Amino acid sequence: MSAIHVTTTINNDATEFLCAPDETLLDVLRDRLGLTGSKEGCGSGDCGACSVMLDGRLVCACLVLGAEAEGRTVATIEGMAVGETLHPLQRKFLEHAALQCGICTPGFLIAAKALLERHPDPTEEEARYWLAGNLCRCTGYDKIIRAVLDAAAEMREAG
Amino acid sequence: MPRVKLWGSLAASIDGQSEVEVRARTLRELLDTLKQEYPALRPQLDRGVSVAIDGVIYNDDWFTPIRDDSEVVLLARLKGG
Amino acid sequence: MALDNKTDAGKRQFKIVGTRPLRPDGVDKVTGRARFGADMSAPGMLVGAVLRSPHPHAQIRSIDTTRARALPGVHAVVTRADFPTVDDAAIADILDNCMAGDKALYDGHAVAAVAAASGAVARHALELIAVDYAPLPFVTDVDAAMKPDAPALHPSRADETVPPGLSANVMARHQFGHGDIEAGLAAADRVLERSYRTEATHQGYIEPHACLASVGPDGKADLWCCTQGQYMVRNTCAAILGMEQGSLRVTPSEIGGGFGGKTTVFLEPVALLLSKKAGRPVKMVMSRDEVFRASGPTASTSIDVRIGMTKDGRITAGFAELRYQGGAYPGSPVDMGSMSAFAPYDLEHVKTIGWDVVTNRPKQAAYRAPGAPMAAFAVESAIDELARGFGLDPLEVRLKNAAREGTRASYGPTFPAIGLEATLRAAKDHPHWSAPLGPNQGRGVACGFWFNFGGDTCVSLNITPDGTVTVSEGNPDIGGSRASMSMMAAEELGIPYEKVRTIIADTGSLGQNDVTDGSRVTFAVGLATIEAARAAKREMCKRAAQVWGIDADAVIWEDGAVRPVSPNAGKHPPMTLAEIAAIASNTGGPIAGHCEVNAEGAGVSFGTHIADTEVDPETGAVKILRYTVLQDAGKAVHPDYVEGQFQGGAVQGIGWALNEEYIYGDDGRLQNAGFLDYRIPVASDLPMIDTVILEIPNPGHPYGVRGVGETPIVPPLAAVANAVSHATGVRLTHLPISPPRLLAAIRAK
Repeated sequence: MSAIHVTTTINNDATEFLCAPDETLLDVLRDRLGLTGSKEGCGSGDCGACSVMLDGRLVCACLVLGAEAEGRTVATIEGMAVGETLHPLQRKFLEHAALQCGICTPGFLIAAKALLERHPDPTEEEARYWLAGNLCRCTGYDKIIRAVLDAAAEMREAG
Repeated sequence: MPRVKLWGSLAASIDGQSEVEVRARTLRELLDTLKQEYPALRPQLDRGVSVAIDGVIYNDDWFTPIRDDSEVVLLARLKGG
Repeated sequence: MALDNKTDAGKRQFKIVGTRPLRPDGVDKVTGRARFGADMSAPGMLVGAVLRSPHPHAQIRSIDTTRARALPGVHAVVTRADFPTVDDAAIADILDNCMAGDKALYDGHAVAAVAAASGAVARHALELIAVDYAPLPFVTDVDAAMKPDAPALHPSRADETVPPGLSANVMARHQFGHGDIEAGLAAADRVLERSYRTEATHQGYIEPHACLASVGPDGKADLWCCTQGQYMVRNTCAAILGMEQGSLRVTPSEIGGGFGGKTTVFLEPVALLLSKKAGRPVKMVMSRDEVFRASGPTASTSIDVRIGMTKDGRITAGFAELRYQGGAYPGSPVDMGSMSAFAPYDLEHVKTIGWDVVTNRPKQAAYRAPGAPMAAFAVESAIDELARGFGLDPLEVRLKNAAREGTRASYGPTFPAIGLEATLRAAKDHPHWSAPLGPNQGRGVACGFWFNFGGDTCVSLNITPDGTVTVSEGNPDIGGSRASMSMMAAEELGIPYEKVRTIIADTGSLGQNDVTDGSRVTFAVGLATIEAARAAKREMCKRAAQVWGIDADAVIWEDGAVRPVSPNAGKHPPMTLAEIAAIASNTGGPIAGHCEVNAEGAGVSFGTHIADTEVDPETGAVKILRYTVLQDAGKAVHPDYVEGQFQGGAVQGIGWALNEEYIYGDDGRLQNAGFLDYRIPVASDLPMIDTVILEIPNPGHPYGVRGVGETPIVPPLAAVANAVSHATGVRLTHLPISPPRLLAAIRAK
């Protein structure tokens, strides 16, 4: 089984890597590229801790092969803040104490960002259903939902 | 002399006595004396107990003082998550 | 020099404690920079993997690793034969759970492990290991395991409390209580007898167990892992492997949830042994399937209750017999369940009997208030049924029987100041309790209790030359505790919160610290942090007095500075912490405070929960419409994280009540080892979780703090079940209340 050479763009950086044909994008990110912000909670697409954007679409990186990144663009949690400036969602997660242990947080942030890109003004119910693919065991989701809705409001105001 | 309340399993091992008097000024003296005077308690005491002194729970501190009028209750060893 | 003492907890005016600053580790956690267990790596690192038994119970006749060892890229293979013999029974059980000996005792039990150049090679190597199993009869149900003819896991390990003639699977008998049950029941207008069952649940932390071990040829070892207690990992691994504790340094990573499930070891001793054999660092990470099959879970239970009540709602006697299976080894939390079952009530006659039973399931691990939620489900369901049967308000009945200061607790001692009554009164006054309900909707209430612990704790607080402060503590931060420690240090020193940075130390940097469990951290580490800050203040007072040439007794610490205690001591402008820090070298050297203590005096905690549910009569699905948690926190140091504990605990309990269960097949194997089939609550299942923090100060803590983390998981099982009963008129005595189970009960009505 020979390795596959992949050319892709990750967080706006042109990136090349070699991976095995059966290696997931999550393993490539974490083990080959040192991007350990995406987490593996289940390896079966059930927990959302590895959520990343692939060509602008929200995916579980554990369900995508590394080789599938060829010629595409990948956005991970490591690219969410710009320099010293946190994304409003990141800031609101801090302000609302929307994390306890923090293991699910990168996945929630990526998924919530995808939500707000499509629906800048989601209802609480819409936010809850959109984020139903992301598991959090610490918070009971209350503060996460509040943070997402508050970030949405702030982002709408900022236009 | 402090009176020591024993939980049911401990009481059962000394013929159902649910309260005994023990001459002790500290937790360590209490546990040592209990082991000496009631050898049947020893296996449970060796596995570990918690002790409530006047309603406050202690685990290991040998020199915790016990007054003559203290309420002392032996408890199963507490474990948390 | 005046320092406040422990008695002012109720009156003290706080400047920082009780506010809601941002947590110091927050930015790392929202940017992906925080390093969790599986995020660690080391040069030359190998990957470890574990071979697990497919049988629920089997004799291991032999293990042939020849072909695995010969596979290119494999650097080490270990089986139980490679581990030393351990004498201590508790440690021996932990070892046996990490790596099976003569027998595999459950589906998923580890039997061998390899370390290889890559994960792919390691997995291939596992396929080349030949294990000769002789399958044995098995038992996974607690009641079946107690039958005298049940398949026995261990020959005669019962302790002296177990009467003769019972199944060899019965390990211990516990009994608590006081009074005369039969006399109490005779005084009742009605005696309710019910049997209840709860299924095993998993702690369900999103981060699987992970570690990285590196053992040098000199025997010195380093271990990085996600754990609730780096000192526990060090001591347990050292005992299993025959190492000295000082030669093993354990550094905790950030921890992606634990809830009790990370208070023991699974991979760590195996990784250390593989690393030792291979001469290379070894990283091991569990898959989710392994997490479910071989770590956690909690006990499944079978509980009989008899409660007597007068028609005006007074409980005349309470009796419960509790049977908990704790998996393949002794130590289910049935003792804690038996102690806590009736703890919220002031009962003249109360008795509980608990049976600790082993079955062919994974060894149970602590789960948030271990043993208490199941017992509370049984007792709170029975009280609710009695109250509603008499047409009484279930909240009033609880108030009528509530334990108060001076009540002799069902488990023995007399309660000091406690907050149960306050939570019940707050529940009664809460708009939730009187809000109207629609069709197919019901409301339930339940109370819960947990002990809370203290224990061994070390804190080192250092004043830097520029007057900022660093705090080192030894308990992993599972939900904002670094923020709480920084707040308490800043409060005590009278400096801004931002001037304090708290870090979690490795085992080489502080003395022994007990595990992050028992809701102990904010209480015990907080206490030690305050004491360490006070020690530093005493030193700074001394330094300032020296500079001023006056007696140390003539100065006082106030608002972050040393001042003369009165004009008589001379006219000196206040000397701030930063000014004293700047001249520390000239006045005797660096300034620090530290505290090493076995923190006793934890205060018990009570909560009351209200749940509204709506039941779909066509499908049996239950929706949580509204949920309110009311709990005594003693003093909420950082209210956001207290609310977070309330909300998170409640939702775990809701999952336990409605969805979560370990399902075993006729083959004795776990059928739902993944998040798809073991369904924890998701965002769309839930409403906002309302919280009310009550503050009845704990007299055993300088700021009045009580632990808050565990109590919130105790009431929800019964609160939800009582709400479902209220909505449907049928009472479910078997959790979880899954749609098929509820639908069958509704149709049988």
